[in-house]
Amino acid sequence: MALLEVKDLSVFYGVIQALKGISFEVNEGEIVTLIGANGAGKTTTMQSVIGLIPAQSGTVVYDGQDITKLPCHKIVHLGMSQVPEGRRIFQELTVYENLVMGAYSVKNKSGFKDDIDRIYTRFPRLAERKNQIAGTLSGGEQQMLAMGRALMSHPKLLMLDEPSMGLSPLLVDQVFEIIKDINKDGTTILLVEQNAGKSLAISDRAYVLETGSIVLTGTGAELAASDEVKKAYLGG
Amino acid sequence: MKLIETLISGLSMGSTYAMIALGYTMVYGIAKMLNFAHGDVIMVGGYMIFVTLSATGNPLLGLLAAVLFCVVLGVTIEKVAYKPLRGASPLAVLITAIGVSKLLQSTAQVVFGTAQKMVNVGDLGYLSWNGLTVQISTLVTLGCSMVLMVALSLFVKYTRTGRAMIAVSEDRGAAQLMGINVNKIIMITFAIGSALAAFAGLFMLMKSPSLTNTLGAMPGIKAFTAAVIGGIGSIPGAMLGGLLMGVVEAISLTVPAIAPYTDAIEFIILIVILLVRPTGILGKKRREKV
Ligand SMILES: Nc1ncnc2c1ncn2[C@@H]1O[C@H](COP(=O)(O)OP(=O)(O)OP(=O)(O)O)[C@@H](O)[C@H]1O
Ligand SMILES: [Mg+2]
Repeated sequence: MALLEVKDLSVFYGVIQALKGISFEVNEGEIVTLIGANGAGKTTTMQSVIGLIPAQSGTVVYDGQDITKLPCHKIVHLGMSQVPEGRRIFQELTVYENLVMGAYSVKNKSGFKDDIDRIYTRFPRLAERKNQIAGTLSGGEQQMLAMGRALMSHPKLLMLDEPSMGLSPLLVDQVFEIIKDINKDGTTILLVEQNAGKSLAISDRAYVLETGSIVLTGTGAELAASDEVKKAYLGG
Repeated sequence: MKLIETLISGLSMGSTYAMIALGYTMVYGIAKMLNFAHGDVIMVGGYMIFVTLSATGNPLLGLLAAVLFCVVLGVTIEKVAYKPLRGASPLAVLITAIGVSKLLQSTAQVVFGTAQKMVNVGDLGYLSWNGLTVQISTLVTLGCSMVLMVALSLFVKYTRTGRAMIAVSEDRGAAQLMGINVNKIIMITFAIGSALAAFAGLFMLMKSPSLTNTLGAMPGIKAFTAAVIGGIGSIPGAMLGGLLMGVVEAISLTVPAIAPYTDAIEFIILIVILLVRPTGILGKKRREKV
């Protein structure tokens, strides 16, 4: 069953059309990747789906409910979560306080202790640095924190916008491992990446976005093997 | 002894400035706008105290009425005048705020006339100790403000709503991604700022009983200056800036040679501080947003 179904989504910035009626879906339990070059509209797609940027036309159905016109905070309360481009952790708060913010939408606070322990187990670095001001964390640690923060709300659908950006190769591998793990534990994933090779390798399905339109779709393996993708995104 | 008296009176005046500066700084930090009408909310609070006092003779009831009315007023101004301009150019918002300011002043003039009202909040007398003489109202102002500032700091640090305020001020989009309703947080910010303005109105009338429709104008400008000195957007900065402003003012007023230039001196201090620290004493450098 489709957990997220996007139909003919168009988004404009002023007169510039960033998304030209794209359609895609994410089924429960899947990892789906959007790949595309700089400026293709990947971030716009992510932000529009979660209600940060209004859609000009088209529909977004999440978990059987039309959320096209809902404001972001309401969509988050429905169990969608996002690790935004550039991480955007709260720099002036501590690691712990960032995680507290992540649990903002959780009504029942009784599980908070368990949730935070679960995050600390998944990201031991965060446990070591729980009282550190988040702005002083290294890039990799900030990425861990952004992921931990997004997981605090028990999302059904977790969206990650270029989680590997700016990380060392070792950390990139680690991030993809963690994404696989999160998915195994039952969270559906929508991933945006320029690192097409690694993301296609862990994806059930993928879409290729080019200047606001979806031009190609298939399983992760199919796209990794396709000539267009190889030429444009895999450096050969 | 004289110096201590001056310091106490300066801190007291400064804590009143801090009450007002908090409203400017919180709204600036969270709604990213300069609420030019904030000073006039103090004036409206003053008239509410006047009306309630005339009817009941009870200054505490007056304060309560002022706080309630100012909260409703602040929230209404935000909803009617500022919210529709979310995302508009800062200049449009500023002009609207100036318009709201003028509207409040004119309305007060229409309702209460141009003659100044004398609002006698009640004489609390003096406290004398070892040659030190302090008006009790001065101490009440100082004490109440300190309690309010501590309460506000604890609220912001330890409550869910307070943390949401920090999150919105740091990154509105990321805050929304946490599930925070930004409009609600902005509304609460205006409510808190307006309540503090009502307190400031009472403190000012305790210090000097004359009330006109420009009661909030000068203190508003000074408190805004204090907020900038402390670092606009920073809550402890507004408190520090306010207190500093009050102390400088009190000291300057005791020196006959410079007393007439007190207001100017305060602005010169602002300029000097901004030259040394463009973000104010406790202000943070704005990071580039992605
Ligand atoms: N706030 C904005 N105002 C105007 N145009 C914008 C804005 N944000 C994005 N755009 C434009 O919309 C298009 C899509 O941008 P988007 O950020 O979605 O791309 P992207 O695929 O995420 O790129 P990248 O890989 O560089 O992150 C680009 O042409 C961009 O210039
Ligand atoms: Mg992007």
